[in-house]
Amino acid sequence: MNKRTTQTLAENISKQVEHFSKKEVECLIREFNVLMAEQNNSGRAVHGLDRGKFISTLHSIFGLTDDRMTGRVFRTFDKDNDSVVSMKEWIDGLSVFLRGTLDEKIKYCFTVYDLNGDNAISREEMLHMLKGRLIRQPNEEDPDEGIKDLVEIILKKMDYDHDGKLSFEDFEKAVKDENLLLEAFGTCLPDFRVICNEKLLSSLNFPIKNSQSYSLLFLFFQRIEMFEGRVFQEQMEQ
Amino acid sequence: MGISLTRAAQWTMVSSSTAKLVSTPMNESLLKEILHFVEHFRSQYPQEAEHVFEEPLQWSTTLVASDFKTDYDISDSDVQSHERDSEGHPLLQLSPPTVYVRSFSQLSKLLHLAHDKKLAEVRACLEENREPLVKILGRSFASDLVIEAHDDAVSVVDRTKEEGLSKDLEVKVKLFQLFQDMDKQILDTLLKDISEQVRLNPKAVKNEVEILQVFCGGGDKGLLKSLRYTSDFEFSNGYRAPLWRQVQGDICYLVIEPCDTETLHITCSTAGIFLNGGIKQEGEENGYEQTSDTYEDLVTLLKSRSPHFAEKINQQDSAVQELSTKKEKTVNEQLQLELHTTRRNIYEPRPSGILSTCGKTEENKGHKSSEEEKKSLRQGAKSKIKAEFSASSSPGHMSSQKRKTEENKTLKSSEDEHKNLRQRAKSKTKAELSASSSPGHVSSQKLKTSAGALPGEPFSESSTESEEEEEQPYRHPETNTDLPSEYWQIQKLVKYLKDGDQIVTVHTLCAMMDFNLMQESCQMAIQDTGALKVLLNLLDTDEHKCEIGSLKILRTISHNSQIRRVIVDMRGVQSIVKILDSPVKELKALAAETIANVAKFRRARRNVRLYGGINKLVKLLDCLPNLASLTPSQEEDIEVACCGALALWSCSRSTKNKKAIRKAGGIPLLGRLLKSPLQKMLIPVVGTLQECASEESYRTDIQTLGMIKDLVRNLSSDNDELQMHCASAIFKCAEDKQTRDLVRKYKGLQPLVSLLHKADNKQLLAAATGAIWKCSISQENVTKFQEYKALEILVSLLTDQPEEVLVNVVGALGEFAQIPANKAAIREFGGIKPLVKLLTSPNQALLVNVTKAVGACATNKDNMVIIDQLDGIRLVWSLLKNPSADVQSSAAWALCACTENAEDAGETARSLIGGFQLIVKLLSSTNNEVLASICAAICKIAKDEENLAILTDFGVVPSLAKLTNTTDDRLRHHLADAIAQCCMWGSNRASFGEAGAVAPLVRYLKSKEGSVQRSTAMALYQLSRNPNNCITMHEKEVVQPLIHMMGSDDEELQEAAAGCVRSIRLLYMANRNAELFTFRN
Repeated sequence: MNKRTTQTLAENISKQVEHFSKKEVECLIREFNVLMAEQNNSGRAVHGLDRGKFISTLHSIFGLTDDRMTGRVFRTFDKDNDSVVSMKEWIDGLSVFLRGTLDEKIKYCFTVYDLNGDNAISREEMLHMLKGRLIRQPNEEDPDEGIKDLVEIILKKMDYDHDGKLSFEDFEKAVKDENLLLEAFGTCLPDFRVICNEKLLSSLNFPIKNSQSYSLLFLFFQRIEMFEGRVFQEQMEQ
Repeated sequence: MGISLTRAAQWTMVSSSTAKLVSTPMNESLLKEILHFVEHFRSQYPQEAEHVFEEPLQWSTTLVASDFKTDYDISDSDVQSHERDSEGHPLLQLSPPTVYVRSFSQLSKLLHLAHDKKLAEVRACLEENREPLVKILGRSFASDLVIEAHDDAVSVVDRTKEEGLSKDLEVKVKLFQLFQDMDKQILDTLLKDISEQVRLNPKAVKNEVEILQVFCGGGDKGLLKSLRYTSDFEFSNGYRAPLWRQVQGDICYLVIEPCDTETLHITCSTAGIFLNGGIKQEGEENGYEQTSDTYEDLVTLLKSRSPHFAEKINQQDSAVQELSTKKEKTVNEQLQLELHTTRRNIYEPRPSGILSTCGKTEENKGHKSSEEEKKSLRQGAKSKIKAEFSASSSPGHMSSQKRKTEENKTLKSSEDEHKNLRQRAKSKTKAELSASSSPGHVSSQKLKTSAGALPGEPFSESSTESEEEEEQPYRHPETNTDLPSEYWQIQKLVKYLKDGDQIVTVHTLCAMMDFNLMQESCQMAIQDTGALKVLLNLLDTDEHKCEIGSLKILRTISHNSQIRRVIVDMRGVQSIVKILDSPVKELKALAAETIANVAKFRRARRNVRLYGGINKLVKLLDCLPNLASLTPSQEEDIEVACCGALALWSCSRSTKNKKAIRKAGGIPLLGRLLKSPLQKMLIPVVGTLQECASEESYRTDIQTLGMIKDLVRNLSSDNDELQMHCASAIFKCAEDKQTRDLVRKYKGLQPLVSLLHKADNKQLLAAATGAIWKCSISQENVTKFQEYKALEILVSLLTDQPEEVLVNVVGALGEFAQIPANKAAIREFGGIKPLVKLLTSPNQALLVNVTKAVGACATNKDNMVIIDQLDGIRLVWSLLKNPSADVQSSAAWALCACTENAEDAGETARSLIGGFQLIVKLLSSTNNEVLASICAAICKIAKDEENLAILTDFGVVPSLAKLTNTTDDRLRHHLADAIAQCCMWGSNRASFGEAGAVAPLVRYLKSKEGSVQRSTAMALYQLSRNPNNCITMHEKEVVQPLIHMMGSDDEELQEAAAGCVRSIRLLYMANRNAELFTFRN
């Protein structure tokens, strides 16, 4: 893809996507292309990142390691359910990922947690997502007893309409009440501190020298307002 | 009990079979503790009390058969208990004088029977059973309880369980734990005593050996022929003794060849240094027994063994010097550490470092072999306990420990449920917790113990806060079952908190927040279930959601003073301070808010400072407070700054913290925040400033950085608290004249007066009146105040107010009354009567101000009439008896004014019994201000001749004469006045001369102070009427300065100087005439 097409594309997309400027979109497109190139397409023509590549990207760049969640994140990114994340979906998703407002994030998290897409998080879904998060006590007969109890505690707190499941409204209200509950059932948003942690970066074999990947990194730094403005300028100069 | 006996108890060391417990206070208390433990054992642990000892404890008792009552078979002098073990042997058997006891229940009963001989019995028992634990639990339990790899231990536990022998073991484990608890308790109580006795440690021994080695060899000139260790291998802990001997406290073995006696084999152990049975090489099985007394160091031992060494070492002064100083230093260095180790020994009854080298089990085999058979049974229990200990001291073993704890739990009886949970809570730690969320961190986590000692720095902080919390003893956790339902719910949550990963932890924390955490039962539940420790551990996990949740709980429960203290004990302050560096603003704010709550007592504030918290908090203040429009991020900054200011406010109650805040550059930042429009920001900022304004440097900065303007502006705020702090800050700063002028300049006087109307808020009133008082020191301000009719309101505040307010009101009135018109005004407003009434107050600060105000008012004749009617003179006079020097002098000044202006002051004075004596007695005060004021009072009182006569009778003349050597000009002035006045009676002039007052007075003339010169000249004039005084004056060359003074502008001075010169001249003339007359004849 030559520079000109990238720019036109960026201009188009930036109009449809919130939170990103045209230049930023351009960087993201370039990053997307790099990831596409790395992906082993085995001859087939694919128009987006497949599940494996996407999850490994989540893993290496965003520090998301929970397998239960990364699968769901892929599903959430892949809005048209065609099993690949297209460029548009990629940029759309990242806009919530990196710059999302609380409302957007609530919506995003809820979609991730709503495993069967019925617009509610049921007891069973919670149980599934929380399973194994409690260290088992050998003297307890039912290994999931603790988790079940925990689900009741969660419902008591978050289920405002007492219908035995969490509707979107329940979830939204609970999170606005206590922000800590945003990622209530698993980590599905990047923690920028993980990214900033140099040691972790090197341990994940993050290609620091690859300037393209830097663009993503810098997006995070923007969140902490350290590199505001400067980042993309550098990109443009190159 | 084991450790306390071997380590803490002081034995007379001879041979172990006949050792006696030395009768020291420490041993006495030790015995009492043990007695108490044993006595109550039966009632507290009925099950364990029935356990039959491995071997009976036997000792010679003073009890006889007749002492025993029911439950015992008595035949002649022999006694047997009804209680028998499974084989039918009695659990207690007495065949005088020896008694055999085989269970705790019998021990308890026996002690009960012994009545007042209890202590003697315990002592005898301990003396004759040097290793009670061995007898009670069997050897393997008490001594071999070491050096097993973990995995083995677990398998053995399982095996023993399968074999169904756990019942006996279970009791033993329990017993052992009880002993450990007991040990811990005893050691805690004895820790203070122990701290005074420094025990030897490897470092000290090594130093000493090294120094002595320098002086080895060299034939007869050397101190020793040779000195060497038996082993060249040094363990990582500095010990050289084999592991199994380290357990006994042995550090190393030495072989020393003195020049004059046979070779000495020496054991250096933590208990001291003694000769052994001859250990030549490492790894010998025998020869470890002690064959001499114990010495505190090597030199002392050698001195007593080798005359040659003793002689030489006395010659080698320098060497000894070096030796001793070096040793002392090491000892001091080690003291702290040593104490720490002693504490740790409670948990880990072996020298540190042994864990890492525990592969060397072979050495132990021989020791154990005799009991090889039983071993397999006991090993399980043994290692289980060991695992627990090692876990509590070495975080690396966390994961295995957990399994143990759980197994341990199943062993415990249900009645101990509560205790059990607490215990689990205790042993579970951060390491384990974070292991579930971030495995990589486990090894780096350090275990927190409440015993954590801070780097030494004595408490030296003063506090300006009157409501300072006192450190109180911890509330004893109640074991009753009447706990509210919240307690159990929280307990359940804590379980999930400990077992869950990050996501679960967040849910648990959120659920916990839903409880009413201000309620004490919830706070106590959190403390009792060990949640507090988990919460603090969460702060070190780097999971910011968990940290936020934890801090949200901590900031609420830290309103409880008990919990604050526990947080500090658990080294929570460090963790919280560390979070202040977090990039997450919410976290910073929460951490600061928590510090604001925790730092309510001194030790916490000190911790905040020592861990660098002050600098970090000051950094939080850096924000732009008064922008018109704010980005969300700037708003967050302001929130953080607010919390930072709150924390600094709490911290600023300690003087050292005030200095630290200043050093960290906090004052300009506070000044900037002072411009904020937000009340929630202003209150902590002004609060901090007013707290710090007790320091001179702050007052200067507040003034020079232009904060007065902002303070004045906020006086008109609509928030009482803010107004109060502003007024209070002005109160403290207005000691300085420029500040007072600034307050006037920024029109702060009117708002101050209007604050006086808020009579309901006493704190506000106290601050406002204080500010008015200090501001009114400047006369210009008083004039302004009059415009706002401050005086009338102030007078109305003289009644029915708390003392804090009264002190300030009266102080202000004292300043107002410096202007004559106000004196009448005070009277007109009816202020004299309440003022005089306040003369009977017990508050010294108030009395100082009241006497000053009364004194100022008394200069008005009409006021004086009222004061006199109200018996004010007597009241003022009686205040001279007040122990406070300030009150004394202030009263004396008031007395001057009263005496001067009262109609019949002389009469009144005489009517006061003992008044004159009191005044003369005060002339021996050491406070110059008191002396000056009393002299001034004498001067006034003595204007009445009769009074002067009485004063003279009470010896005022010599008392005054004694003071003449002073160099204080203020005192000199009033003293000279008093002397001048006292000369008016009888032979006082001559008496002053005889008492040697004249010569020093002449020296006063050199003073540059005009008032001193004048008073002195007048005194000299009076004294010069006595010829002898003239001679003295002349000798002291008085004429020159007097002539000089005659040229002064001051007429009184001229006159007095001239009068004095005239007297001298007249005497000279008379003398000369007399001479001529004699000559002629």
